Amino acid sequence: MKKFLKDYGLFVLFIGFAGLSRVFHYDFGLRIFDNFLVFARDMVLIIPPAFVLIGLFDVWAKKEKVQKHFGSTTNPMRFIWAVLLASTTVGGTFVAFPLANSLYHKGAKYSSILSYVTAASLFMIPMTIMEAGMLGLKFTAIRLLSSLPLIFLGAVYLGRYLEKTGYELPDLEE
Amino acid sequence: MAGLYVFTGIALGVSFFFDRDKTRLGLKKGMMKLGKTMPKYLKLLMIISFVLLLSEDLIIETLGQERTLTGLFFSLVLGSLTMMPGFIAYPLAKILVARGVSYMVVAGFVTSLMLVGIVTYPLEKEYFGQKATILRNLVGFFIAAAIALITGMLYGEVTLW
Repeated sequence: MKKFLKDYGLFVLFIGFAGLSRVFHYDFGLRIFDNFLVFARDMVLIIPPAFVLIGLFDVWAKKEKVQKHFGSTTNPMRFIWAVLLASTTVGGTFVAFPLANSLYHKGAKYSSILSYVTAASLFMIPMTIMEAGMLGLKFTAIRLLSSLPLIFLGAVYLGRYLEKTGYELPDLEE
Repeated sequence: MAGLYVFTGIALGVSFFFDRDKTRLGLKKGMMKLGKTMPKYLKLLMIISFVLLLSEDLIIETLGQERTLTGLFFSLVLGSLTMMPGFIAYPLAKILVARGVSYMVVAGFVTSLMLVGIVTYPLEKEYFGQKATILRNLVGFFIAAAIALITGMLYGEVTLW
């Protein structure tokens, strides 16, 4: 019960606040709740199937395969795989974070998963199409092309530092 | 979105066909991870609902007609602090461009929006730990700044000499 309150207490209050806002026609509260629904709808739709896929990935993806494609520092192809995987990740970073964590525990290098997460926030396909429509193809092309070298550079340096200091990612299966 | 469900359905079907026990274990693992982080997702949603309400007007007001490097700095900070879905961010970006804000400043805003997540910190920390989360976002901030500067140069808005 204590754990439930700690985890969901705030949410219960939030729903109460939204309910009262409705009753008393409190505009500020109603607008907050509308925003909440916009995001919640997406998350409710995306997150359950995404976690089903992450679970399947956990049981099927072989450690040796992940190590081979994402775990060797001498294999530059791992960046290509990371970007390809990123651009097909639905749900952006909300889904990329847990998947990156799984990849790490299966032997992927920091530089691979960092490239993956960064690329996942920059290369979302539906968002990119929308951007090109709104701001022009030139804008989108510059953003995507200039980001690639920066993603890899950032990932390699940060990865090196994390490895050197013996840093480890949290294990969610504990 | 429908594609995600079709793909998940097919993946589940194939997985179940080859190994029922493994599939069950996979589902269990996935749901366990979801259950563990669910409170963080909810907290994040609540924070975003507040932030989004305050941010849109603030952004239009602050970035007004910014075309300078100071404007770029503001756009990077605002993009890092807020978080919004693409269907809100891009119409907003278009408004900014129409008001005379430079492409550099707009690029700084949209890229830091994607790369730096101060509101997503509690969620990211679950998967990356505190140190990696902070460093990753810091690196993201500089990447966003660099992309914005390159955009500014290629649009002829800033010159190096």
